[in-house]
Parts: sequence; C-alpha cells; structure tokens
Amino acid sequence: MDEVKLLGFWASPFVHRVIWALKLKGVKYEYSEEDLTNKSELLLKSNPVHEKVPVLIHGDKAISESSVILEYIEQVWPQNPLFPKDAYERALSRFWINFASDVGMIFRSFYLSKEENREKSRREVIQVLQIVEEQALKDKNFFGGDNIGMLDIIYGSIPHWFEALEESVGVKVIDPNALPRLYAWAQRFKQIPVINHDLPPYQDLLLHMKRVRQRLISQPPNSSA
Amino acid sequence: MPKGEEAVKVLGVWASPFVMRARIALNMKSVKYEFLQENLGSKSQLLLQSNPVHKKVPVLIHEHKPVCESLIIVEYVDQVFSSGPSILPSDPYDRAIARFWAAYLDDKWYPTLKAMAGAKGEKEIKVVIQQVEEGLALLEDAYNKISKGKPFFAGDRIGYLDIAFGCFLGWTRVTETVTGTALIDEFKTPGLAKWAEKFCEDDAVKPVMPETKKLVEFFHVIRAKFGGSA
Repeated sequence: MDEVKLLGFWASPFVHRVIWALKLKGVKYEYSEEDLTNKSELLLKSNPVHEKVPVLIHGDKAISESSVILEYIEQVWPQNPLFPKDAYERALSRFWINFASDVGMIFRSFYLSKEENREKSRREVIQVLQIVEEQALKDKNFFGGDNIGMLDIIYGSIPHWFEALEESVGVKVIDPNALPRLYAWAQRFKQIPVINHDLPPYQDLLLHMKRVRQRLISQPPNSSA
Repeated sequence: MPKGEEAVKVLGVWASPFVMRARIALNMKSVKYEFLQENLGSKSQLLLQSNPVHKKVPVLIHEHKPVCESLIIVEYVDQVFSSGPSILPSDPYDRAIARFWAAYLDDKWYPTLKAMAGAKGEKEIKVVIQQVEEGLALLEDAYNKISKGKPFFAGDRIGYLDIAFGCFLGWTRVTETVTGTALIDEFKTPGLAKWAEKFCEDDAVKPVMPETKKLVEFFHVIRAKFGGSA
C-alpha cells in the first residue's frame, strides 16, 4: 500500500474536509503541518501552480484542490461512500459542491466588511444560506440523508469556522430563527465523533481569525491575501 | 427510442464555450438531443425553472430532470450513456489531474481571457495579455506532461480536459483577432497549437465549434451594446 501524506494548516477548513474524508474511510495517513509564511520545499514542489494546502500525496503522486482531492479519495477508497450512487443525485451533489465556492465568497465579503456595509453583507449571507437550507439540506438530518456525506463535509466549515468568523466580526448571523434547519444541522454535525475529534481549538481559531482579519483589513485593496 | 435517450434537451446559446462542452460530450456518445437556443436577454420559463439558482446555460434535461454546470454535465453524460468512448480517464490520478486543470481553466485562466475584452488602454491590455500568456505557458507545460507524446490530453482521443480547454478556442481566436496578438501559435505554444488544430477536426467538435468570423461579429455587437466592456 502506497503511503498517504497530507500537507495542511491547522486552521484551514479546506484541509479539514480532506481529514474528515480520510478518517471516515479509515485511511491511514501522515499529517504534515505547513508554516504558510515559510512554505516547505515539498509543498512548493507538489503544488507549484497554487502553492496552497491541502495537498494529498499518495505514493509519488500529488493531488491539489480540496474538491479534486475528495473525488480522488472517493474513487481510490470506495468504502463508506460519500457520494450517492445514482448519477443524477451525484450531479446534484456536485452542483452544491460548486455552490459552496459562491457561499465562501459571500462569507469572505462579510468577514472583511466595513461597518457601513456590514448589514447588507449580513443579509447576503443569510440569503445565500437560505438557498442552501431550502434546496440542498431541506428537512434531512444531514445533507447526505441519515448519515453524513460529501456535502456535509463541504459545508462543514459553517459550524465552528463560521461561528469564529462571526465572533471575529462581532455580528451573529446563523441563529435558530433565521436559519433553523441549518443551525440544527450545524449542532448535529459537530457532535459526530470523527468531526468532533479533529476540530481546531475554538479559542485558537478565533484568535487566528481576528488576527488575519486585522491584517487583511489594513492592507490596501486588491492586494492578495 | 434507445433506453435513456428519451427527450434529451440542451438549453444553450451557440456562442457559449460552456454550452459547447455539453454538446461535445453528447456527440461523443452519439446521443441525439434537442438544442433549445436561449435568448439571454429574455430567458425562457424552462431555463428559469431548470436552473433557478444561477439561471445560466448550459442546462441538460434528461428524463425530465435538469443537470446544471458544464463540467458536471460532462461527467453525468459520461456516467449515464454507455455508448461511445469514456470521457473521463479511468485512472484516479489521471482523473484528478484532468479535474485540477479544468478547475484552473474556469477559475483562473478564462477570467483573464475575458478581461482582455474589457481592457482599455495600452497599459491595461498589456497587463492582461501577460496574464493570459502566463496561463498558456502553464497549460503548454501541462499538455506536454499529460499527453505524453499523444495528440490529446486524454491520449489518442479527446477526453475531459480536451473538452474543458478546447471549448475556449473560438474565443481565444476572437481575442487574437481583436487585439492583434498571437496567443496559441506554433512559436509560443507549439504543443497547444498542434493540439488545437486536431481538436477542432474531431467529429464530435466540428458540428458545434462556432466560426471565428461569426464570433468576432457577435463580440462587436455585444461590445457596442454594453459600451466597450463585455
């Protein structure tokens, strides 16, 4: 069996997507923490195009981009499938995986919003999450149905990470009134042992998010983060 | 009608590279479909119902169910229609590489190509051209590594990444014409230049690749309508 290595960063929700998928499938792997201010030779060599984590290294093959890595994991280790079998249901899952990128951009706008834009930004977050709640989650326990699946992993940055984001901005967005089903799902998701055992410590995450926010807000516009 | 082929419809527009992806995939599988042209200034009820979240083309309608997003449609077609060659590579790593570069094309490279249309002034145009060319250099390198001497990214026949990239050739040529800059050619990108020619000759591609001349006309119409930025 080829060795599996994951290059990651403790605070990254994208890295955690991969950790959760590997753990749910019982795949043994070695985790290597990257210092993103001083990236390792291995990271730069394995992901020369983006120089980002996560990177999955399986034997001598390096795979980058969390959604690409997740599809790879699903194909190579088919036990405990995270995608539905039916081709149409799978296509729907992929649609919502793509939509998570749109959600991410709106989260980021909210994260970096100035006070004068904050209320508008907050409403945009609620609007986009209402779409996710009404059309993807619906009345199920999890996106995947009775058990978690790929979409739970993809939207798994909402519990915990978005909570820390809200706190770093100082404005609560996801609550049982505005988004009852999503809120309930978030609490359920965090209780799952595989998820629960691997969350970054909340206070550390909050501090990190506050620090990053300060840095990004004080940078001139259009600089990369 | 052969099972699974009842009422296959594609909602699209002739000029869209993303719509082309869906049609190439169906052509590869020899699936007959009805092409419903949308007027993007006034979207049909069917489109609004089938893709309420984004209201965009392409949409594939198969057995009365809509599938949205071009690359998702390509994967769906590959899974559901067993006739014809495989579109995605069977090896998981090759598949990951193909998906990686398709994501790069959509997220990073195509936006720079689109930016050329709206760029004003020599300085801005120069910056954008450089971004497009840097991307093409990466893609040329990727092509050489992935094709391993064969004509296409997928090998002897076109596949997922060929489709994902080849759909942009029409608009690449428009950009070359309008800005007077060679982007994919035998000097700058020799591998891709040969690949592009072969891609356009493929039987699944020829019927749906728009003529560059028509696209240039269309580009000028859009530009005039939106006052210089498209």
